[in-house]
Amino acid sequence: MKDGNWSGEIAERVRTVPPSGIRRFFELAEEQEDVISLGVGEPDFSAPWGAREAGISSLETGRTSYTANRGKRELREEIARDVRRYGLDYSPEDEIIVTTGVSEGVDLAFRALFDPGDTVAVAQPAYVSYEPGVTFAGAEPLPVPTRAEDEFKLTYDALRDAGAGDADGLIYCYPNNPTGAVMTRDELGEVAEFCRQNDLVVLADEVYADLTYESKHASIATLDGMRERTVVFNGFSKAYAMTGTRLGYALGPSDAVGAMNRIHQYTMLSAPTTAQYMAIEALRRCADEVEEMRQEYNRRRNLVLSRLGEMGIDPFEAKGAFYVFPRVPDGDDETFAEELLKQEEVAVVPGRVFGEGGEGHLRMSYATGMDELKKAMDRIEGFVERNY
Amino acid sequence: MNEEKRRELVEVLADDARRSTDDLARMLDASADDVEKEIEALEDEGVLRGYTAVVDWEEFDDDRAEAYVEVNVSLDRETDYVDIADRIARFPEVTSLTLVSGNYDFGLTVEADSMNDVSAFVSEKVAPVPEITQTVTHFVMDKYKERGFGMGDGDDDERLSVSP
Repeated sequence: MKDGNWSGEIAERVRTVPPSGIRRFFELAEEQEDVISLGVGEPDFSAPWGAREAGISSLETGRTSYTANRGKRELREEIARDVRRYGLDYSPEDEIIVTTGVSEGVDLAFRALFDPGDTVAVAQPAYVSYEPGVTFAGAEPLPVPTRAEDEFKLTYDALRDAGAGDADGLIYCYPNNPTGAVMTRDELGEVAEFCRQNDLVVLADEVYADLTYESKHASIATLDGMRERTVVFNGFSKAYAMTGTRLGYALGPSDAVGAMNRIHQYTMLSAPTTAQYMAIEALRRCADEVEEMRQEYNRRRNLVLSRLGEMGIDPFEAKGAFYVFPRVPDGDDETFAEELLKQEEVAVVPGRVFGEGGEGHLRMSYATGMDELKKAMDRIEGFVERNY
Repeated sequence: MNEEKRRELVEVLADDARRSTDDLARMLDASADDVEKEIEALEDEGVLRGYTAVVDWEEFDDDRAEAYVEVNVSLDRETDYVDIADRIARFPEVTSLTLVSGNYDFGLTVEADSMNDVSAFVSEKVAPVPEITQTVTHFVMDKYKERGFGMGDGDDDERLSVSP
């Protein structure tokens, strides 16, 4: 190091990853005062009171020590019971690991399952962390764009055309952030076929599994020959509105979960203890609140889709998570988002920051109260009338 | 409108009755016409009894007084609970009236301009009803939540304005 200059010291795999495009929009939005934000990737609800109360009570009784590396046994048992809703069957003993958010779980999988030089196919548009995560793990990300014409579903052809046949793994997220797309069991069938044919490990981020509006969530791990090559990720951030408590989990064959735990035990030790107590209660007694939130999201989704349609914007019918991903009239998502923020003080995120296939679209989150959402729609309507 | 949607319409209105028909229609993925008709039907059937605002009168600098009154009654062959309830419910000061299980029979909410007015109302109008054997009046000292709405300061949204 020369004269306190670190530029030569920062590792190449960190230096070469650009800052998230979302960051710039955050900074622009922060400059303005009365912004209505549809740019938020987390629920506007608070965690169910029962879960919060369980956290408080765990603190009152002094439960502030580490837990088992893989998470409290009680919690793993509740998780095993809960995921049976989706036809998933995992042993609390050695096939489940509790992580500090899904983010940690995904990072563990990248590092535990891929070697330098390996390639990981990343279905896009996608949550912004996957590509950098693959790079930080020393592997190579391979973007696999999905298309609006396919309702942003991942297809056999998309995987083949992107060259994913030579990849070692695939990561995707359905219900999807940022598009709101979901995939049915049949549609997952062709992805499964591709992965079996080409021997790909699948990392299925299913953190929005509880937030589907027209059909029940389907997990690829329930398809023939897929359980043994899949790690499923889920957590408490979205459905239980517990983003800040940082708790997720991964389900997979014991070898994969064991390898992830090898890293986890040295780097994280265990996921936050208070959050684990909250999660146990959330799984035991908060299903009604989750359902109420889901219904409210659905009403907002209906409102947003119908308002956008009335404006003449093709909303593409998002069926999951809490996002819509409409196409911008002239295809310039960045200008639309910037001008909308400047002229109308409504924050949305240009689709291009979510990777290939996102350009020309906007991510609008409806994790915002109905009144604010209506105001935002009124402003967008005026904006579109004036500018397009 | 199917039963599921009908139920959802009632739930949405119970949560906020001030929404426009157009917004209700958008939220429920129904036509405005259907929503309008369904609301009329629900009103006719007596499912929807009325629409009011939840007011924090203290914020409005209106010092009205409110009390919960426990009422015990004795019944005879000619008089049942409904007869007595009918009689008490007619007073505009009575804002709610319920028959409850436990140590007393009726629970009343009484509102008036002052504590004196509430006391006078209970002693002059409620207590003298022949079937009423006892009243216990609890004045409301402070209110923290009413019909689902907290009466404290609103929660600030502390989320980052844009996040992944």
